[in-house]
Amino acid sequence: MRKIRYLLMRRFTQIGILILYFGANAYGWTILQGNLSASLLFETVPLADPFALLQMLFAGAVLATDVIVGALIMALFYAVIGGRAFCSWVCPINMVTDLANWLRRKLGISDVQKRVYMSRNVRYWVMVMALLLSAAMGLAAFELISPIAMAHRGIAFGMGFGVGALVIIFLFDLFVHENAWCGYVCPLGGFYSILGKFSLFRVKHDAEACTLCMKCKEVCPEKEVLFMIGKNSGSVLMGACTNCARCIEVCDDDALDFSIRSQLEKTIEQTKEKA
Amino acid sequence: MKKELPNDRRKFILSMARGVGLSAMGALIWSAYVDEVKAAPLILRPPGALDEPDFLKTCIKCGLCVEACPYDTLILAQPGDNNPIGTPFFVPRDVPCYMCDDIPCVPVCPTGALVQDSVTSEIEGELTWDITKMDMGLAVVDAESCIAFWGIQCDACYRACPLMDVAISLQYDKNERTGKHAFLKPVVHADACTGCGLCERACVTKKAAIYVLPNEVALGEVGDHYIKGWDKADEARLKDAKGETTVTDRSNRSAVDSLNDAEDLY
Ligand code: SF4
Ligand code: SF4
Ligand code: SF4
Ligand code: SF4
Repeated sequence: MRKIRYLLMRRFTQIGILILYFGANAYGWTILQGNLSASLLFETVPLADPFALLQMLFAGAVLATDVIVGALIMALFYAVIGGRAFCSWVCPINMVTDLANWLRRKLGISDVQKRVYMSRNVRYWVMVMALLLSAAMGLAAFELISPIAMAHRGIAFGMGFGVGALVIIFLFDLFVHENAWCGYVCPLGGFYSILGKFSLFRVKHDAEACTLCMKCKEVCPEKEVLFMIGKNSGSVLMGACTNCARCIEVCDDDALDFSIRSQLEKTIEQTKEKA
Repeated sequence: MKKELPNDRRKFILSMARGVGLSAMGALIWSAYVDEVKAAPLILRPPGALDEPDFLKTCIKCGLCVEACPYDTLILAQPGDNNPIGTPFFVPRDVPCYMCDDIPCVPVCPTGALVQDSVTSEIEGELTWDITKMDMGLAVVDAESCIAFWGIQCDACYRACPLMDVAISLQYDKNERTGKHAFLKPVVHADACTGCGLCERACVTKKAAIYVLPNEVALGEVGDHYIKGWDKADEARLKDAKGETTVTDRSNRSAVDSLNDAEDLY
């Protein structure tokens, strides 16, 4: 259990949120209505996808306050708890890509497959392109092709959810490139990477306890963020970290755990010392 | 070291070119797809919706309107529908809009894609829902397949209309074929019809002989050149109108001369 405690929690939030949406549409529950693009919490609090909102603004939409407030709430939330926490704790695609990654490890595909070079920055380019196309075409461009939106909308409203897109992502991640969609292409992931750059919740590494087994790097979907493993202690500061906690679970030496951003910790310590 | 420099630069330029090329390709495919789906003209939007181009900009595809509709009228476009994915619409022949008195689908819209002001009126100083202001489309009758035009008494659509005698009325014409019967022909009045589609739903023919089309599809446009001389309000448009006189060589002669002069023709 200890080895999968975060995994269970993540699946719980991911599936739980989808169930709430589904129940809202099918049985009229009023806890969380709508879908991940925009929702209504307890019939009062509006929530909205800040990246969708940004595209709409680029498209030149004049928007009502509800959706703007909703997007600000969500943006603030993720800016504090880690932007890409959305990826590993909420996004339904994560379950598909995690499955592909897991299978990859089980089948040892990564060991035999030559690494194709692809830049992690592609997602930022796709993000910029989404915004430019939104401006040029006069509508939110990524929202029209987003497999994420197709999935959560399809599940919430009990209709076709772009199974084709999900299968493509799954097969691509499994056979062509490790973590291709979430790790390189998805502009929403890119957006949240930027948004969460200065977030407070971070994975923290303790180099003294580390035995250099490198299991964490093997399991991490964004290996670059763990560059400090075994070298120096400190928080994982890169925005690309999804706060999925796989590294924490896999570490047998308690060298990794969640913490509040180290700078903040330092200032707290300093103020304590002064006091 | 020196030898490697041009090589590096070449690599750099090549990878840049590759990046630019790939992005251009992606952008082209992407925009072609977006262009394709947004050109779906035969789609009926929920009550109070903005004009189609603005609606497409503004709707975030949350489906809150769909959830608010008690009749399951509204649905979200799925992949493969050939409609802009995720946007709400309705198919009246399946489930029409029942024109709820409190129009529950509109106030839940968080983005303003469905506009409250467009379906409310001020009655005795109070803002009240006004279903007569809905304008989702326009019902059109196909006189060929409407059996009322054959002389059979039907009036199913007329009776189904929530704005009976306002949006749709029956026109009585003599049936010359039998000499003693009347036609009871349904006539839709564009200014009052909301496009709810209750008539389309009620129509008894195999494929509905009365059906709702989006206004842009169903309606023509006169333009500025014609004015209803019998309509004071319309006539007023002439008040400050300035005539435009074109002067050519021909204007030197009188119009009659110009017409009688056939020289140019041969
Ligand atoms: S990268 Fe994109 S698809 Fe993957 S989990 Fe994050 S938002 Fe979802
Ligand atoms: S007016 Fe009523 S029936 Fe019509 S779309 Fe809105 S909620 Fe549905
Ligand atoms: S409630 Fe508004 S934003 Fe949401 S799907 Fe309906 S029209 Fe679009
Ligand atoms: S669509 Fe048909 S039923 Fe609805 S208002 Fe128009 S004429 Fe009446």
